[in-house]
Amino acid sequence: MIALWDSLPVVIQILLKIVVLLGPLMGLVAYYTLAERKVIGYMQIRIGPNRVGPRGLLQPIADAVKLMFKEIVLPTEANKILFLIAPMLTLGPALAAWAVFPFDEGLVLADINAGLLYIIALTSLSVYGVIISGWASNSKYGFLGAMRSAAQMVAYEIAMGFALVGVLVAAGSLNLGDIVRAQEGSLLTWFWLPLLPLFGIYFISGVAETNRAPFDVAEGESEIVAGFHVEYSGMAFAVFFLGEYANMILISALSALMFLGGWLSPLPAAWVDGIFLLDDGFHWLVLKTFFFMFLFLWFRATFPRYRYDQIMRLGWKVFIPITIVWILVIGLAVIYELPPWWAV
Amino acid sequence: MGFEKVLFYVFAGIAVIAAAMVITRRNPVHAVLYLVLTFVTSAMLWMLLEAEFLAIVLVLVYVGAVMVLFLFVVMMLDIDVAAMRAQFVRYLPLGLLIAVIMLVEIFLVLGPDTFGLEQFAKPEAQPVDYSNTSELGMVLYTVYMYPFEIAAVILLVAIVAAIRLTLRRRPDTKYQDPSQQVRVRKGPDRVRVVKVAAEPRVVPAKAQATPAPSEAEVP
Repeated sequence: MIALWDSLPVVIQILLKIVVLLGPLMGLVAYYTLAERKVIGYMQIRIGPNRVGPRGLLQPIADAVKLMFKEIVLPTEANKILFLIAPMLTLGPALAAWAVFPFDEGLVLADINAGLLYIIALTSLSVYGVIISGWASNSKYGFLGAMRSAAQMVAYEIAMGFALVGVLVAAGSLNLGDIVRAQEGSLLTWFWLPLLPLFGIYFISGVAETNRAPFDVAEGESEIVAGFHVEYSGMAFAVFFLGEYANMILISALSALMFLGGWLSPLPAAWVDGIFLLDDGFHWLVLKTFFFMFLFLWFRATFPRYRYDQIMRLGWKVFIPITIVWILVIGLAVIYELPPWWAV
Repeated sequence: MGFEKVLFYVFAGIAVIAAAMVITRRNPVHAVLYLVLTFVTSAMLWMLLEAEFLAIVLVLVYVGAVMVLFLFVVMMLDIDVAAMRAQFVRYLPLGLLIAVIMLVEIFLVLGPDTFGLEQFAKPEAQPVDYSNTSELGMVLYTVYMYPFEIAAVILLVAIVAAIRLTLRRRPDTKYQDPSQQVRVRKGPDRVRVVKVAAEPRVVPAKAQATPAPSEAEVP
């Protein structure tokens, strides 16, 4: 088996790895939409989708088939090429960012030493899909959504970047695997504790960055219909949807990786060494990621939409000052080797 | 021709074509998008030079932030392309003159005398564990400390100047102050709980058991 694998050309090997990575991810995206409808349903004392398949489990497939067979309406006066490129520009970076994501010790597609920078750069690209779609569809609502989204993303990207600078100072590396290894120990040595303000800011900015409730003014059904994707239908709309959910999963997984110790077990290594399921492993990363993914849904069912000027205030006047102060605190803590995190 | 060379020509070709498109497209939004493409392909070229930190930062800063704001502004402008091209021929000689001067200047600065192949030895390929980022940080914060700090201060001055230029007091505009709004307390500012004595219970008569529709609408 291994001999057969090694005999394949490198390009084929990488392509196979990409398929192995993206196949489950796409499945997760599909069932995340079902989970969203179910969870929000239960929170609102409803049942949620339960008609297609046992307990509604085939609903995502039915949705996908429906969207595939719908017509993609091209608005007159729309810029056709940009109109069709825009959804791919949302989905592309959300998928490409997974290339440097370590799932377990050594289990990573591309172990590059500027991994964190690569992730920041790619997540900053996803705004293009939103802006271009709003502009290209030649619709007032779409354009308003695009403008709102651009201002919001630029504001929250700065807070998010600064939060990641804190992680980078704390871990002393840009490599995502090294960031996890720097948190080794137990629940208490993970970065969520020393970086608590940055942790909160990172995740909230992530919610804003993915245009999710309560920061979903770019869609804002009650004001601008559906915002930037108001003119999209069929598969073009579905690709936007896939991109949004893939981004949510990415933000959840990154939060788990950088603040909750990734694949590390919450118990000290000396207690659980070699014990099945309690030892470090991929399943811990999955559990932590699912926790954050659930938070996204919980937020949506709980909070009313932010008013636009308050979003701007929160981003610029609250988050950015806090992150700057906390980077200073972390810098001092690292220099003076504050135990237990930075003791030599 | 090695694989890297093929990549170089592909990226360099796209960069040149995209740069040409930036100045020939009539639609300013298209021009900005081609500029984005130019930046991305330039980043790829830097990546081929093993300058991965600079390449990613180019994408992060220019593509991810600066060009987004550019696009934001350009989309809002209503540019009349016909008026801009009206005096193309009249300004052509001046434009050509400036272009030639700039070309000569660039050649003088970056020509073979200073940046030629014989001035620089071929850089050695770095080992796998070589971190571009930390090397750059070392140099920036030791050798080039003062230029780096001065550049930062100049940027700060530019920010302050830009804010000062746009900061106008307009007393007639109505706006909300969110920081005042969030400071509102539930007790004294917003909600007042009023105790109202309960009304005595009214027992409906049997005749009114099926009221007429017009009466039912009255609360």
